[in-house]
Amino acid sequence: MEYLIGIQGQDFVLVAADNIAANSIIQMKQDQDKMFKLSDKILLLCVGEAGDTVQFAEYIQKNIQLYKMRNGYELSPKAAANFTRKNLADYLRSRTPYHVNLLLAGFDETDGPGLYYMDHLSALAKAPFAAHGYGAYLTLSILDRYYRPDLTRDEAVDLLKKCVEELNKRFILNLPSFTVRLIDTEGIHDLEKLMPVGAKLLAPAPSS
Amino acid sequence: SVPVEKWNGPDRKIEFLHGTTTLAFKFQHGVIVAVDSRATAGSYIASQTVKKVIEINPYLLGTMAGGAADCSFWERLLARQCRVYELRNKERISVAAASKLLANMVYQYKGMGLSMGTMVCGWDKTGPGLYYVDSEGNRVCGDLFAVGSGSMYAYGIVDSGLKQKDLTVEEACDLGRRAIYQATYRDAYSGGQVNLYHVHSEGWTRVSQSDVLMLHQQYQAEKA
Repeated sequence: MEYLIGIQGQDFVLVAADNIAANSIIQMKQDQDKMFKLSDKILLLCVGEAGDTVQFAEYIQKNIQLYKMRNGYELSPKAAANFTRKNLADYLRSRTPYHVNLLLAGFDETDGPGLYYMDHLSALAKAPFAAHGYGAYLTLSILDRYYRPDLTRDEAVDLLKKCVEELNKRFILNLPSFTVRLIDTEGIHDLEKLMPVGAKLLAPAPSS
Repeated sequence: SVPVEKWNGPDRKIEFLHGTTTLAFKFQHGVIVAVDSRATAGSYIASQTVKKVIEINPYLLGTMAGGAADCSFWERLLARQCRVYELRNKERISVAAASKLLANMVYQYKGMGLSMGTMVCGWDKTGPGLYYVDSEGNRVCGDLFAVGSGSMYAYGIVDSGLKQKDLTVEEACDLGRRAIYQATYRDAYSGGQVNLYHVHSEGWTRVSQSDVLMLHQQYQAEKA
């Protein structure tokens, strides 16, 4: 139901997540943010079982911040990804495993941009592009076909748009909007929300 | 903890209130909270006069859907935590913090058979607040929620009613009342009376209690 995607460029990582918070067949919320800021240059995208997602992501988020307070410097994206995976692995064979699927995107001053794919079985893989959810079945081939390591920012956004359009066309669920963010040497940038044409977005309720 | 396969078999414990319709929505003048009052045990109607809105404190309300005991117990515990917060910090707790306290409390028991779907509604210094919290671990902020077996019917009415912007307090109350009525009409597990509350900057007010069958007569007459 939920969809995450990440695309790594030469000096940036582009990530996007859908905005639907669903409960069985009902959409409870259309503007849910599924990205968690771990540090100035690291984002954790988290989907999966209700409750587990927020609890696990916030747990990792607080621990990354604690590391910074204790040691005076931040964990690199690679270290943060491995820390996250270790936590997933430790809980996997306990009575309360975290059923979450993650993408960790970050920019390191020495190693450059990095995108890490993690799943609920505690797999970890550094990848040039990745996706989670049923939508991944529809879009990974598009990424395989059109991805190049030297994509510019605009080209990456166009590739993302191609993927979202395919979802809009073929995916049975209506995913009307996607939060898009870009991480580069300057930090995390909010890009314009992607709203594929034809997908229906509920009008926001009036408020004071 | 109870394995998932046992949740619907003959070993399943009787649970009241799984059948219910509760809703809450934000509008220009605060939050409207409307609930039905039927409790069912399977197909038996155990009660038509259940209070499904829990008054946590004079400016915070919680709704009840799922297990009655779970809802009233945990929300009573939440009331206690909110009071402790007030004493420690010398200011009222925000709706976001109150809902987070509740969500974190029940997350400890995830998978152990708690059944609770509640909306925490209130007014704090950031304005009207509305959060949906359930025993699965969901905690979501929003402008409109409907919870229970009749929720889908209620969504239909409120979604179409909220399209016209800027409702007055009375129009919003009518919308909430109508939505619950329509849900009780279609959902066998919802009925009894519609209890309506309005949350505003001074706290909450109990607006009305209307019997669903009386509402039926009223709406039928209006149609004629």
